[in-house]
Amino acid sequence: MFGDFDINFVIFGVMPYVALTIFLVGSIVRYERDPFTWKSSSSQLLRRKQLIWGSILFHVGILTVFFGHLVGLFTPVWVLDAIGIPYVLKQWMAVIIGGPAGIAALIGSTMLLHRRLVDPRIRVTSSIPDILIMVLIWLQLAIGLLTITQTLQHMDGSEMVRFMTWSQSVVSWNINAWVTVVDVHWLYKLHIFLGLIITALFPFTRLVHIWSGFAAPFRYLLTRPGYQIVRSRRHRPLEDRRRAYDKVQAKRGPTATTPAE
Amino acid sequence: MRVRAQIGKVLNLDKCIGCHTCSVTCKNVWTTREGVEYAWFNNVETKPGTGYPTDWENQKRWNGGWARSASGKLHPKQGSKWRILANIFANPSMPEIDDYYEPFDFDYDHLKSAPDMTAFPTARPRSKITGERMEKIEKGPNWEEILGGEFSKRSADYNFENVQKEIYGEYENTFMMYLPRLCEHCLNPTCSASCPSGAIYKREEDGIVLIDQEKCRGWRMCISGCPYKKVYYNWDTGKSEKCTFCYPRIESGQPTVCSETCVGRIRYLGVILYDADKIEAAASAERETDLYGAQLDVFLDPNDPEVIAAARRDGVPEDWIEAAKVSPVWKMAMDWKVAFPLHPEYRTLPMVWYIPPLSPIQNAAQAGQIAMSDQMPDVRSLRIPVRYLANMLTAGDEEPIVHALERMSAMRLYMRALSVDGVRDEAIAARVGMSGRVIEDMYKIMAIADYEDRFAIPTAHREQNEHGADIRGGCGFTDGNGCSTGEAGKTTLFGGKKKKFALPQETF
Repeated sequence: MFGDFDINFVIFGVMPYVALTIFLVGSIVRYERDPFTWKSSSSQLLRRKQLIWGSILFHVGILTVFFGHLVGLFTPVWVLDAIGIPYVLKQWMAVIIGGPAGIAALIGSTMLLHRRLVDPRIRVTSSIPDILIMVLIWLQLAIGLLTITQTLQHMDGSEMVRFMTWSQSVVSWNINAWVTVVDVHWLYKLHIFLGLIITALFPFTRLVHIWSGFAAPFRYLLTRPGYQIVRSRRHRPLEDRRRAYDKVQAKRGPTATTPAE
Repeated sequence: MRVRAQIGKVLNLDKCIGCHTCSVTCKNVWTTREGVEYAWFNNVETKPGTGYPTDWENQKRWNGGWARSASGKLHPKQGSKWRILANIFANPSMPEIDDYYEPFDFDYDHLKSAPDMTAFPTARPRSKITGERMEKIEKGPNWEEILGGEFSKRSADYNFENVQKEIYGEYENTFMMYLPRLCEHCLNPTCSASCPSGAIYKREEDGIVLIDQEKCRGWRMCISGCPYKKVYYNWDTGKSEKCTFCYPRIESGQPTVCSETCVGRIRYLGVILYDADKIEAAASAERETDLYGAQLDVFLDPNDPEVIAAARRDGVPEDWIEAAKVSPVWKMAMDWKVAFPLHPEYRTLPMVWYIPPLSPIQNAAQAGQIAMSDQMPDVRSLRIPVRYLANMLTAGDEEPIVHALERMSAMRLYMRALSVDGVRDEAIAARVGMSGRVIEDMYKIMAIADYEDRFAIPTAHREQNEHGADIRGGCGFTDGNGCSTGEAGKTTLFGGKKKKFALPQETF
């Protein structure tokens, strides 16, 4: 049975499911069991220098790249055809938007990584996962930018369509998904492989703050009409308590005094 | 009317001796852990000075507190919700640890383990963050103690606004006072308003403002949001921490550690009933000088039958209503009008109030040049400029400060007449709009300050809120990580048993 064994099957056929399972289950378990460890681990207090620019460039760049990948990879091909976006145009958009964003993210992460490794305050307060994930993300950005050199050689979007087919096959449980990316350039393969590694490491690193980063605007803007939060130890909201109190008062008659609830 | 109760606090600066016992006992209880060595939930500053962190009162620099827009709406000065979210990657208004001070310790071991040397061994400082040698300590939590440092630096003090400050740099004219500071447990806290995670909340029962350590994500907006700079970022756990008002003690009817251990007996704790429906309007008062009066208006008279009925209806326990009637905080803030909020212009409606200090008379007065009105020195001729105190406590309105200082000096005069001459001089009391009986009460509480008079703290009523069965098997007080065995700063995914304890919350 090992005669047919292909490493591509393991990496592009099996690993996505393993990585995504670890990512999801791990995140849920950590959120439920160790909410205290769920944080962004900001080091701004210890050193402001290099963080302001580094962090903004990195985050804005990588968020652009992230959403670019999300929309680019998971928009079904037939949708593109239906609204008449030529593959060439989509390919150019990816290069023109993703390229500069990737460069911004790489510059930012270089600044942040340099700061993390060289600044004594940040260095001693960094954990091993902190440094590891930073290095992996830096590599991932660098490799991702290098793939542009390959992409520019086939701007017809044919390779792009392969990756779209692959990612959409993976999430639609198509066991043969891996076949679509067997022949692509090794830079792309390395990029995908590293991406899956980062996905699997996600719940064990500070990356979990990304969930909160996406949740924060919803919580802050939508679930809080104003600014303030008051917590009560009581089981019922004030209006309920008032109604219950008034009911008891009415029964006792106007002269009776009533102890507090 | 929506009646809520808060344990309020008053600090009598007239009696603070600057001994730092409050700070030290607080630190020993709450912030001896790694990551918060630099944090002092309670600290004592010598004024005039720029304080800790440096220049904290200057909101042009730190953007703390609230701003009022032209339409009369409030938003945090560092920006409304969108602006705060946009700054989530890097907070431009947040102080660096060097704005507080780099925490340090000394090589004490070297004193006994040093080899035979020609020079005497010394204990040199080391950074508590990096462990590296620090050649020079540039700053500490109380760097300007007893007017330390040059006047040119200290006089950057924000409270000198509109004061001709140059003369106070002269040795003969200088003045000083102490300002112990802690979290104000505001009615309209900017820290909680700035938190995108919703981790900071005010407790309905006692008004204590706390940070939910499990919900805090380390976005650090509270640190810049708080104008008093009393929320601290723990660089080890990555979470924000602040004064807890020693809530486990308060719940059991004991004073906070800082109040309990205060040597000068300057700290008072008592219940204040307030109308939660009035908070927004009060904090949005148009003129900054109206804010002090607007906050007085939020407080409810515990002797008013209507207030009592409403308080009962809203679930304020009977013993809390009784405690409100004997609250020393109510007496000083409302009856006698001698206590004031710290920097009301930040629009946070702080709940830790201060009695301004009397000070010696300026040289000129002793030379007979300044009027002594009816034996009483004109309080405007005291060493500490009234304007300075007003900038600190009433957004620059001098009238209430003068009024309070006059009452305090009348108290001294009246009691002097009583104890030296054996005369109850009602005329003195009448001059400041009081009666002898009230002044004697004031003397008992403010000057004698017996333990029972300083603290009127009803216990929490957990029996009304918790069912024993629900909390069975729950975890007690832990170091932030709930029941999980995962240590702070380390990721352990599979810890001990965990029981969820959810509380209803109200947002507005």
